[in-house]
Amino acid sequence: MIRASFAERNLRILFPLPAIIFVALLMIFPVLYTLFLSFTNWNLTSGMPLSFNGVNSYNRVLAEPRFLQAVGRTFEFTFFAVLIESFLGVAIALILNRAFVGKSVAKLLLLLPLVATPIAVGIVFNLFYDPTIGLANYVLKSLGLPQGLWVSSAGSVIPSLILVDVWQWTPMITLIVLAGLAGLSEEPVEAARVDGASEWQILRYVTIPMVMPVILTAVILRLIDALKTFDIIFAMTGGGPGYASETLNIMGFKYSFEYFRMGQSSVILVALFLIVFLCSLGIMKLRASSEI
Amino acid sequence: MKKILVVATLVVLCCLSTSALAQTKEIRVLLANHPYGDLVKSSIPEFERSTGIRVKVESLQEGQLTTKLTTEFATRSSSVDVFMTRPLQEGKMFYKNGWYEPLSMSFADYPKNVMSVSIFAGKTYIVPLVTEWQVLYYREDLFKKAGVKVPTNFTELEAAARKLNSESVAGLASRGKGAAAVTQLSSYVYNYGGLYLDRGTAAFASKPAVDAIRFYGKMLGNYGPKGVTSMSWENIMPLFQAGKIAMWTDASVFYGQIIDPSKTQVAGGKVGIANFPAGPRMNSPFIVASWGMAVSKQSKNKEQAMRFLQWATSKEMATKGMLANITMARSSVWEDKAVLAKVNPGLVETRAYAAKHGNPLDRPYMSAVGEARDLIGELIIESINTKGASPNLEKMAKEKAAKVNEMLQDSGEFGK
Repeated sequence: MIRASFAERNLRILFPLPAIIFVALLMIFPVLYTLFLSFTNWNLTSGMPLSFNGVNSYNRVLAEPRFLQAVGRTFEFTFFAVLIESFLGVAIALILNRAFVGKSVAKLLLLLPLVATPIAVGIVFNLFYDPTIGLANYVLKSLGLPQGLWVSSAGSVIPSLILVDVWQWTPMITLIVLAGLAGLSEEPVEAARVDGASEWQILRYVTIPMVMPVILTAVILRLIDALKTFDIIFAMTGGGPGYASETLNIMGFKYSFEYFRMGQSSVILVALFLIVFLCSLGIMKLRASSEI
Repeated sequence: MKKILVVATLVVLCCLSTSALAQTKEIRVLLANHPYGDLVKSSIPEFERSTGIRVKVESLQEGQLTTKLTTEFATRSSSVDVFMTRPLQEGKMFYKNGWYEPLSMSFADYPKNVMSVSIFAGKTYIVPLVTEWQVLYYREDLFKKAGVKVPTNFTELEAAARKLNSESVAGLASRGKGAAAVTQLSSYVYNYGGLYLDRGTAAFASKPAVDAIRFYGKMLGNYGPKGVTSMSWENIMPLFQAGKIAMWTDASVFYGQIIDPSKTQVAGGKVGIANFPAGPRMNSPFIVASWGMAVSKQSKNKEQAMRFLQWATSKEMATKGMLANITMARSSVWEDKAVLAKVNPGLVETRAYAAKHGNPLDRPYMSAVGEARDLIGELIIESINTKGASPNLEKMAKEKAAKVNEMLQDSGEFGK
């Protein structure tokens, strides 16, 4: 018998090895290093090298009212954005799943926002939202409707940002759910029709339950991204006015690159990581229980 | 045998190319997205031709430039040789971390008050490039129409703002966006007799400083554009260019753009520049070296880097800058008759005043300035939102001042 070479004997390790090294270096290492930094007092403005200081950074950050407010805003932004995107996304997917005149044009137009660069989207929406010379208030004024301050007021900044997020990311949910709908079997729908079910009943009791795992997959993906939303908030408000649109990721950025408090910013990022991880886990459990 | 030949050829080629690279002198320069940065970038081929030194240039927005430099220098893996830097924003922090190379050129051609932020422990580390000072931009046509004279003090400023304010035109604009507004508020604070920091301790909770913050909030809350608490210069400038603002207090650097006929609707002699109005106690607007250039302490090509620095900050380059409407730091270019013939007289007069009487700082001068600006920014927003009438302002100011003192202590700058 010819003896197999080392490579041939260890194929099952060698083939995935590049991917494993990639994941280890670029994903696991930064997470562990951030965790390590969260237990230090590293602050570039002191000019001193970093030193271990136990949970002091945690105590300082977690006791800051600003931190808890950022957590609240992160949830507020994510919950409403993902909720609206899910409903709208599924509704549009259901419409696009039928045949109608101009369907391919409609599909193209509806999916365009997804390909735009988030920073560019933010900058353009800022122009729309300017209270004095922006398009939004101009249109409202011409229709005789009250004008708004949009992102310039603490009261309306989060809804204004949610609107931008919904505009850009609803197509993502639509795409995924549309693919799910296309893969559904026709038989249960036909059987229900034969049994005399109305279109609404078919939708509610047959179609939606069958496509629910796909909907939840889309929601998980969108949820993870929405919790970490950075680009549109940074481009449009930088967390302002004041701190009114400061979410955890924005706060982490500020602490790292404006305040240079690396130890404390690592605490914020560890908190964000845990939140994203736990939320994803929750929805994945929900998804598992929804499989028929 | 074939394998050995291939490997040997590769090794020889590698050695040749490495030695070729080592012989070509190349430096890496980081510039800001700024009119002067653009001018240097476009003049680099001239430098390369006359010195034989190759220049690899990158340019970034100011905040991103600081972030990139900090990240590279902090990890000690930087190949940056020369870079543009903001002495007031990062000077102290970069000096403390040992990231600037000390310089030994002559600085006789720069005003003393501007040099003060480039010198640490008796050595100079930054060459000032451009200076800017606080001015009052105003619409000459609107003033004439309303019969209003250019205000010379805060009382007249308020009266003019009230008279000129209407549904379609804001009487007075100034930055309201928290941290970004701190630099514009500084001149108001100085003119009320206040300071941000006094001998290494937070001084902005004093009565004069809080009075200034109240006045600023009263003016912007009553006569400012809608949504002013989200506005920095990049939001106010388009409004001014669209003719929606009667007066604007900000730095002198924007003049060129607000009269550029390709960008503005108020070109053609409608825009005037005046000295920033005097306050109840003083007449001392800021005049700062907003940008400078420095050599990296970690540079491996210091000799070439110094040559680039000297060229980029030379009198010839400064003259070029002035002719492009960039307000340079060197004093001699402001005395050059040929240059002055081209520069707006309002800029010349306001600069002459500020160079003599101005304050060389426009923000709390400390390493943790980013955070301090956010804290003072909270006071500005509170004041604007309540039109200067907030009953909590004194209490808030004391809390923020205490936090700033804590930051000064953490970074070893308290009381210094």
